[in-house]
Amino acid sequence: MKSGPLLFQGKDWNFETLRRIHDAIEPIAEKELGLDIFPNQIEVITVEQMLDAYAATGMPIFYRHWSFGKKFVQHQTVYEKGLQDLAYEIVINSNPCISYIMERSSATMQTLVMAHAAFGHNHFFKNNYQFRQWTAPESILDYLSFARNYIASCEERYGHDEVERLLDAGHALMAQGVDRSPHKRPLDLQQEEKRERDRMQERERLYNDLWRTVPGRSRTVVKGGKDRQRALLGLPQENILYFLEKAAPRLRSWQREVLRIVRLIAQYFYPQQLTKVMNEGCATYCHYRIMTRLHEEGLIDNGSFLEFLHSHTSVIRQPMYYEPGYGGVNPYALGFDMMQDIARIAKNPTPEDRVWFPDLAGTGDEMSALRDVWANYRDDSFIAQFLSPALMRKWRLFHVVDQSELPYLEVSSIHNERGYRELRRRLAAEYDAPAQSPHIEVVDVDLAGARKLVLHHQVAEGRFLDAEEAELVMKHLAALWGYEVLLQEVDKKSGEVLKEHAAFAATS
Amino acid sequence: MRIVDRRLNPSGKNFENRQRFLRRVKRMVERAVREASGERSIEELENPGEIAIPADGVRQPSFHHAPGARRDLILPGNREYIEGDRIARPPEDDGAGGKGAGSGGGKGRPDLFRFMLTREEFLNIFLDDLELPDLAKRRIALVDKEGLRRAGYATTGTPNNLAIARTLRLSLSRRIALARPKSETIVRAEEELAAAMAEGGANIENLRRDLEVLRRRRGRVAYLDPVDLRYRRFERFPKPVAQAVMFCLMDVSGSMTEHTKDIAKRFFMLLHVFLTRRYKRIELVFIRHTDEAAEVDEETFFRSVETGGTMVSSALEEMLRIVKDRYDPTSWNIYAAQASDGDNLMGDNERTRALLQNDILPLSQYFAYIEVRDSFFEEVNPFDGGTSSLWSAYAPLQREGGRFQMRRVSKREKIYPVFRELFQRREAGAPHGDHE
Repeated sequence: MKSGPLLFQGKDWNFETLRRIHDAIEPIAEKELGLDIFPNQIEVITVEQMLDAYAATGMPIFYRHWSFGKKFVQHQTVYEKGLQDLAYEIVINSNPCISYIMERSSATMQTLVMAHAAFGHNHFFKNNYQFRQWTAPESILDYLSFARNYIASCEERYGHDEVERLLDAGHALMAQGVDRSPHKRPLDLQQEEKRERDRMQERERLYNDLWRTVPGRSRTVVKGGKDRQRALLGLPQENILYFLEKAAPRLRSWQREVLRIVRLIAQYFYPQQLTKVMNEGCATYCHYRIMTRLHEEGLIDNGSFLEFLHSHTSVIRQPMYYEPGYGGVNPYALGFDMMQDIARIAKNPTPEDRVWFPDLAGTGDEMSALRDVWANYRDDSFIAQFLSPALMRKWRLFHVVDQSELPYLEVSSIHNERGYRELRRRLAAEYDAPAQSPHIEVVDVDLAGARKLVLHHQVAEGRFLDAEEAELVMKHLAALWGYEVLLQEVDKKSGEVLKEHAAFAATS
Repeated sequence: MRIVDRRLNPSGKNFENRQRFLRRVKRMVERAVREASGERSIEELENPGEIAIPADGVRQPSFHHAPGARRDLILPGNREYIEGDRIARPPEDDGAGGKGAGSGGGKGRPDLFRFMLTREEFLNIFLDDLELPDLAKRRIALVDKEGLRRAGYATTGTPNNLAIARTLRLSLSRRIALARPKSETIVRAEEELAAAMAEGGANIENLRRDLEVLRRRRGRVAYLDPVDLRYRRFERFPKPVAQAVMFCLMDVSGSMTEHTKDIAKRFFMLLHVFLTRRYKRIELVFIRHTDEAAEVDEETFFRSVETGGTMVSSALEEMLRIVKDRYDPTSWNIYAAQASDGDNLMGDNERTRALLQNDILPLSQYFAYIEVRDSFFEEVNPFDGGTSSLWSAYAPLQREGGRFQMRRVSKREKIYPVFRELFQRREAGAPHGDHE
């Protein structure tokens, strides 16, 4: 261990310290880990501001809605009772990459947070294909500010209640408002904003009240086969919000725009759901490497290294299923362990690893292997490919099948030669968010007749929708569509209708 | 890398969202607050507190799977099992393996949604539908503050008050009126002259003279002249501040126990909280009495015990004296609350009533009489029990919606309902009372 000049001593820090810390981390991140990041912007905030940011999905600007207030009071209550500490950091996938750090954290924690968020997450945001596909870090903040102003102006013009109802409905369908496969060009939020402005101007330019008075031929209904109509509407469509925005007959243009905002924001957050384990694993691995290096270089003293280790180990703790704190798999723990494991396989593979990971084992360059993983996988594919037998043994993973008609649970596979593949496949499936969430599609609409909208939910393995909640969502859906809405739960294999939910729009 | 200090940015960005949330759950919160306030002590009333409302009202529904027939759990920490083992089904809501990750049902829905209200919010909701009776004198107030307001324009002033738009408007009209040549005109004249000189035309002299005239004119008529300058003018105006004085009268003779004093104190404090929310300035006067009355400080008022008989009129006289001395009824809103166990010297009743009726009530906005009893006197219908001597003396003065109200309280938790009853907002014209 060398003894360089310490970056800081004790808990205290100031802006100069932060800059020194950042400048000490930067060469390690760039040269040793080869990270490729957006420029950093570190913002120091207070506890109250952190609570604020929590409620608004971590974003600094967001439109107003009561649900954020609900979230806020929830967090506040928990925090004030001392049940749960606040996160140390929030990081935003934007360019420049904004990391919030809290003023009351110690210098060591600030170092950790910077290494974790400003370098680890930052690299992941910039390089992972899901984020590159679906998010527009250059313009997200501009778009959010446009969204807030637009919604505020709608509130002014059409009343709070109306906008609130619309947002309620939009939020209820948020999970059904994302494109899951990249069949369209990536979004460009700046273009979005401009497009809306242009459209508005065009409408104003073309508006002429006289047209209203001109008698015209009544519109002829598009004739043609039902199939053609369906094709024109892009059916079947799994993005329900998109469908409503484009095709709901009774929505006014501002309502379509608001739905669009909800949908685009849902899409922006979508990659984060898909990469929770990897994202945290990447950031945790980076901060671990960086902090260790800082300590080796003598830039932080033993005291703060111990403080770091204390915090680090509690973050990556995975309680076993029989322990009281067990609440499922901890993404930090799984992510970090897998990254460590990949590095181990690249550098010191066992014969077993050479069989399981012939391409990876013994390449010696763990960082290029990890960077490749971070760029090209999401949680399910990542686990399906890189969860090694060694790690399954370390975690002592096992798979239990719970079938409600049986009086017992059955252990179907454990961490042994017979069970590795099945175990890995099952765990990966749990992280396959699109497959886990209900698969609902708009399949038919009768535009010429009663305008009934028909949706299908594909039921796999007997998993129906939660009926009570589905009914509430259906009411929202009917309100948006304006006419009757029917949701059929259809067996995936036979196509047989097993269950139906219907809702009617309030007559107006 | 940039470091930005956001600590000075306004926090409370969620204030608006919070308000919206509260508005949405208003009715439920109101009910919860009422219930919570029954359990709270006065001291706690000042603090923020947690309340719970039914979670159903704030549910955000979404499409998700109901628990299916089959669940797959991947758990860490296998100690004893091998494949094919059967495990007895753990009892419901057992922590171990109870929450399979990713099943979508991870979010348990508690029946109650708990959160904290700030003191401000709590009181707002608690006092929301209460109202001070008879605010006739509210507009009359002590002037203790001056405000500034815009009052047109002035020709003099300090540079920071320069009204630029107005100044330039005047400048423009003056320039037009005095035909100040524009710079384009001069440029054009110069070009013409230059062209003429290049061609060697005959009218060079004329052009030169015209240009000279234009330039001189431009020099004489300034772009911005001191006569154009206008400044925003402000004038001071008195800001009236509504003010009130609250008299707390209490019998401290030996018959008042700690318990009854405690009830009285709660009532006084509630009234105080309520008044402070309605008036910017509020003063408190504590008068305690046995057979003679004295103005005391708060501590003495609630703590000390005196011995002696009871003459309520002495307190009323003291109050009158203080009003005469310090609180001119034309500029003060006068509120009084009297607490007593109802004892009074028999011979004093007549005089007490007369004082109240003829002297005090005409001066006051409101006079509340609270008869506090030890809890073993079970509360009787306040309208029929003319049991105590003071009660029967005051009874004829009470009229629906009048300035004088009396109630009887014997239990701590009844203070809130009684208080609410006294200050319930009354529909115009509609009588209020139990008989409805």
